[in-house]
Amino acid sequence: MSTDTIAPVKTKEKKEGLFSKKNRKALTDPLDDNNPITVQVLGICSALAVTIQVKPAIIMALGLTMVSAFASLIIALIRDSIPGRIRMIVQLIIVALLVTLVDQVLKAFMYDVSKQLSVFVGLIITNCIVMGRLEAFAMAQKPWPSFLDGVGNGLGYGIILITVAVVREFFGAGSLLGYQLVPQWAYDHGYVNNGLMALPPAALFIIGMYIWWQRSRKPKLVNVS
Amino acid sequence: MKVLRNLVDKVKPNFVKGGKLEKWYPAFEAMETFLFSPGEVTTHKVHVRDAVDLKRTMITVVIAMVPTLLFGIWNTGYQHYLAYGMEMSHVDYFLFGLKKVLPIIVVSYSVGLGVEFVFAVVKGHPVSEGYLVTGMLIPLILPVTIPLWMVALAAIFCTLIGKEIFGGTGMNFMNPALLARAFLFFAFPAFMSGEIWTDLSPESGQVILDAYSGATNLVIYDANHLEMQSVSDMFWGFEQGSIGETSVFACLIGAFILILTGVGSWKIMLSVFIGAAVMGLLFNGIAPADDPTHYLHTPFYYHWLMGGFAFGAIYMATDPVTAAHTERGKWVYGLMIGGLIVIIRAFNPAYPEAVMMVILLMNVHAPLIDHIVVQNHIKKRLRRAAQ
Repeated sequence: MSTDTIAPVKTKEKKEGLFSKKNRKALTDPLDDNNPITVQVLGICSALAVTIQVKPAIIMALGLTMVSAFASLIIALIRDSIPGRIRMIVQLIIVALLVTLVDQVLKAFMYDVSKQLSVFVGLIITNCIVMGRLEAFAMAQKPWPSFLDGVGNGLGYGIILITVAVVREFFGAGSLLGYQLVPQWAYDHGYVNNGLMALPPAALFIIGMYIWWQRSRKPKLVNVS
Repeated sequence: MKVLRNLVDKVKPNFVKGGKLEKWYPAFEAMETFLFSPGEVTTHKVHVRDAVDLKRTMITVVIAMVPTLLFGIWNTGYQHYLAYGMEMSHVDYFLFGLKKVLPIIVVSYSVGLGVEFVFAVVKGHPVSEGYLVTGMLIPLILPVTIPLWMVALAAIFCTLIGKEIFGGTGMNFMNPALLARAFLFFAFPAFMSGEIWTDLSPESGQVILDAYSGATNLVIYDANHLEMQSVSDMFWGFEQGSIGETSVFACLIGAFILILTGVGSWKIMLSVFIGAAVMGLLFNGIAPADDPTHYLHTPFYYHWLMGGFAFGAIYMATDPVTAAHTERGKWVYGLMIGGLIVIIRAFNPAYPEAVMMVILLMNVHAPLIDHIVVQNHIKKRLRRAAQ
């Protein structure tokens, strides 16, 4: 009698929950332990280029999250019917389609920001994070975890991008999101904005210090790269 | 001396294992060994210990920098009163310079050593002595008008990014003092170039100067090299520039001390000078004949005297940590520094002073030079063994 009631429960357990431990891991791992920029060392180029101010960094992060999430989802949906030899081209077409969508939306609704981001939105097509996650994750996983992985990596990228942008905009221009934070009297007393922060090497320093802080917090990451 | 020893011994129990301030032992240890030679002997097998440890080496370099520092202080005052057209005594020149230069030195040392002490206590390793030299080099390569908070920022930057991030003294691959200067150069360009080389603080009874031709010889060189100051002025150092680098003579005294004590490599110093001379002569050869004011016509020895060339060659390029280590590598390293300095001076007017960037660039390439030298040597030996 008891066996009858247990059997269906067992089959139910086999089906994974929407936010099972594994799925949650796919979402949260890229935020810190497997961060695309600081641990996988992908997508550095755009992190150097679009982090002078916070606003474009946020838009860029959102754009990449969108592209990465939906590209992963679509690739995972059709992964079984993609011939192995042309998989890169298929991936590229899908990514390019999504990037064009993001680009057009930006141009239509946020023209100034799209001007500021210039080619870097278009260059999401070649962003190593998107392609890397498609190859490494979406080609071998079910759609839902792939989607979460895409979102997670986009957000992990976003965290670094926004952190760097906050530091660079605050020290480089004395403002955040365009609002002046360093008061005028500080300038009157001899404070000067740091010109180095407007140059791309500053982003490299800041990412380097972030990696230093991250590694010293989590020694298990030390030998990754 | 005895009073000091007694004092140190009295506070020592607080810092040793089990003491109240055990955590601060690195800080205490640094102060103790700074004052007295450490009394420890090796407990293992026979081990020859030289009396010259890292601290003594560093102090030797600091002593070698004293002539440039003293001259720099005097010259700061001299240039200041020259701008106002006032004749003063040498004591006045010196006192004015001291008033301006001393705060920069104090800030550089206290901030940089502060960072070092914090790291030593947090990480539990002994305080490294490297900052003794860096802390003195930083003021010597900055213009005297630099705001003090920028000096502090640069000191923090170079200790943190230049050294601690790679594991402290001896692990850095770039000269920290030059890194501090490069940081300021890019972060606050308005304070590192232009008309900032002479201190123009107001003098009572004089019209306030707000525009004074602050062109250093390096700027004049690009426009018309014939209008540069005389060779003797540039050799003795009666010119505008960063605090410690104007006098080639003072640098040569330092070079003498460094070479005599064996702390600095004469091979590097000599090869830097040779490299610049060769490149200078080469440029004389290709200079346009119809334009005698063209900068390519500059006699090669002017390059030795202009800007921070001598200072960089003697105190910066010879830094034992960041220079090439192999003997043959030192020649290559020095020659390339000298040559590149002249190339950049000649062909990039936007960058009047190339010494800083070139030395940093060659610091990065020093391990590569060493690698090639060692590999060549191995190949040569193998070939001989095969015969």
